[in-house]
Amino acid sequence: MKPESEYLLSVSDLSKSFAGVKALANVRLNVRRGEVHALMGENGAGKSTLMKMLIGLHAPDAGEIRFDGEALKTGDVKESLKRGIAMIHQEILAVPELTVAQNIFLGREDRGPFGWLNDRAGNRRAEELLKQLGTAIDVRTPMKYLSVAEMQMVEIAKAISNDARIIIMDEPTSALSDREVAALFRIIRELKQKGVAIIYISHKMDEIFEIADTITVLRDGKYVGTGTAGELDRRTLITMMVGREIDNLFPEAIHRKGREALSVRNLSREGKFADISFELYKGEVLGMAGLMGAGRTEIARVLCGLDQPTGGEIFVKGKKVYIRTPQDAIQNGIGYVSEDRKALGFIPGMSVRDNITLGSLKQHTKGPFLQSKSEDAVAARMMADLKIKASGPDQKVVTLSGGNQQKVVIGKVLLASPEIVILDEPTRGIDVGAKFEIYKLINQLASGGIAVIMISSELPEILGMSDRVLVLSEGRQTALLSREEATQETIMHFAMHA
Amino acid sequence: MKFPFSTEVREADAPVRPGIHTRGLGKYGIALAFLLVCIVLSIITPRFLTLSNLTIVVTQVSINALLAFGVTFVIISGGIDLSIGSIVAVTGVVAATFAHPDDYPVVVPVTMGLLTGVLLGAFNGFVITRSKVPPFIVTLGTMTIGRGLALILSKGRPVSNLSDEFNFIGGGQVLGIPTPILILILMFVFCSVVLRKTVPGRYMYAVGGNEQAARASGIGLSRVKMMVYMLSGGLAALAGILLTSRITTGQPNAGVGFELDAIAAAIIGGTSTSGGTGSMTGTLIGALLIGVISNGLDLMNVTSYYQEVVMGIIIIGAVVLDSLNHKSN
Repeated sequence: MKPESEYLLSVSDLSKSFAGVKALANVRLNVRRGEVHALMGENGAGKSTLMKMLIGLHAPDAGEIRFDGEALKTGDVKESLKRGIAMIHQEILAVPELTVAQNIFLGREDRGPFGWLNDRAGNRRAEELLKQLGTAIDVRTPMKYLSVAEMQMVEIAKAISNDARIIIMDEPTSALSDREVAALFRIIRELKQKGVAIIYISHKMDEIFEIADTITVLRDGKYVGTGTAGELDRRTLITMMVGREIDNLFPEAIHRKGREALSVRNLSREGKFADISFELYKGEVLGMAGLMGAGRTEIARVLCGLDQPTGGEIFVKGKKVYIRTPQDAIQNGIGYVSEDRKALGFIPGMSVRDNITLGSLKQHTKGPFLQSKSEDAVAARMMADLKIKASGPDQKVVTLSGGNQQKVVIGKVLLASPEIVILDEPTRGIDVGAKFEIYKLINQLASGGIAVIMISSELPEILGMSDRVLVLSEGRQTALLSREEATQETIMHFAMHA
Repeated sequence: MKFPFSTEVREADAPVRPGIHTRGLGKYGIALAFLLVCIVLSIITPRFLTLSNLTIVVTQVSINALLAFGVTFVIISGGIDLSIGSIVAVTGVVAATFAHPDDYPVVVPVTMGLLTGVLLGAFNGFVITRSKVPPFIVTLGTMTIGRGLALILSKGRPVSNLSDEFNFIGGGQVLGIPTPILILILMFVFCSVVLRKTVPGRYMYAVGGNEQAARASGIGLSRVKMMVYMLSGGLAALAGILLTSRITTGQPNAGVGFELDAIAAAIIGGTSTSGGTGSMTGTLIGALLIGVISNGLDLMNVTSYYQEVVMGIIIIGAVVLDSLNHKSN
């Protein structure tokens, strides 16, 4: 008999790069049988990448994963599943039209004679599983009629039916009510009793201290430390998560605060955010910080007319406005640079020039006709001003680098002469050199009298660029910090303040 | 407000105008294929390369080309229009009803026909923009409605006895050139200009290329979509009037399957069915290619049964070549 190892799962020196960018470097993680092991870190700390390697979606570049004392063949989803590693995803991956039972046994259906499907046997087994979990979901219901909590139960049942020995839960409570959370925790405790280990990813401190036995913290793709829930407290955890040196990566800038450009009163959108109130002044950069799902992008979408608010008021230069469409927003001088360039930023098949002029085409018409000369000239100016590196204005935007694509989108927004610019994760997926240029550009905008809102998940960026910082947590505004008050620790404290 | 970037126009910086972004066999590929087919045909059948034969080909192509221009607008903006074949029939019947000798001046049947087509297009656009039902379904419904309307208005019988003025539209000549060819050239120029030289044209590419980004840029999606379906309906009406005039009868059963020939011409011409790319030049050559091949097969006495098979192979071949082309890029 092989000797029982101390840990059920043991990850050592795991490293992974994507396109030359290090996502994980020498990461460790040791999980015991029957424990709830919380994994914490900021957005982009490497939690998802690590989990994807455990379930075989990615293969590591270096390092080892040992499961139950034996090395795990990496980069093989089937192998991970067979060995008993299961994950409950944040977005449930189910087939909505199929029933609960059919979803649980998808790919491993019970067969009758001649290979016919035997739904009855599947239903019986599914019922048993769900009864074990103490839930009363009808296994014949199509998945699409279930609540998020119920779908999660089904996913857990599926994991158990796969004889999972370790279940990864990624933000499992983000869409659950208090009662549903209590039910989930009861099931987690029962699973523990049976010796199943849980890796629990969450930003919610209260939950972590309620359910976790051990906590491991990652930061910027590196291992920071591990401790038991008893020996760690909130403050220590926050320091572990954010305690990095801030390099002098940000250009010097003096912003002069001008008159009020935008004011928001009790702005709400049901289910997304509520009671957001702030003022924004010309020439300032207002940073918007918060964790994933805090409602930052949702606020931006309402301000730029992509979604409708369900309550509250918006004032532009002191005048109450109603923004129902993106056209309304642009007419009120609000420009939006989306976090999702590909989906909302540019038209991939169009040239740099056609994208840049797309939002301001009417400036280039004589009668019904487009004046290509004036379009060309404006595009050339913008390409020079923003230092867009392209073979020429005719290059298709889809073939540019991320940083240059971002500049094209910014160029398009600027040509509509905005007075308020909302930049949502402006440096996401952009290399360091291009980031610096974007920062300089933001400062240029502010010193030119434009009011800037910058949404970012990177704390150093928020601290390096903002005059004031609005912190959000789960759709609520938890702090509005001055430049002096804002530190990594205070921002993180308010961002996790549920 | 002081704007941090100078936006004054400096003519000297103006770069060269871009080419048309086509897919398919590429901008030149399709033209090359067309030339190649023409050369081969003129070698095999001496009758092909005669003025009278070529005139016949282009005249025959004109109706499909008009429909294809309309559907090119629609496909570039990310939609599809299956109702144009039926619109040919309704508008033909409507025009014919007003075109009996000594009834009304010739503008009346033409205007009534065009109006009917534009209205049916507007109906398509309205339902599509208001309901989120996919264009495929909506225009499929309109296709059936249109056919029904044509039969109702004509009581199921051909509408004949049309005025000479009306019959001139599709059967006459100006300076020795058949009128359908003149109308074709006129509409080609009109559609090319709309697509390449106007704001709505640019917006069609944007909406078809990335609808959400277009919306976020402040483009009114509904207006663009209304416009493309109205253009498509209007061009189908023009094709209906032309056909009715040429056969001197309003036929409620005319135009069956015309929408598929038109879509084929657009696709062979490099318009991507997923939207965002395509050109009128490509579509015109696509329609001419279809016309030339079927004329060549006629001249070689190949029965029409085989012609259908050949046409199908060409459509698939064009798109397969296109996707191979894309992979190698």
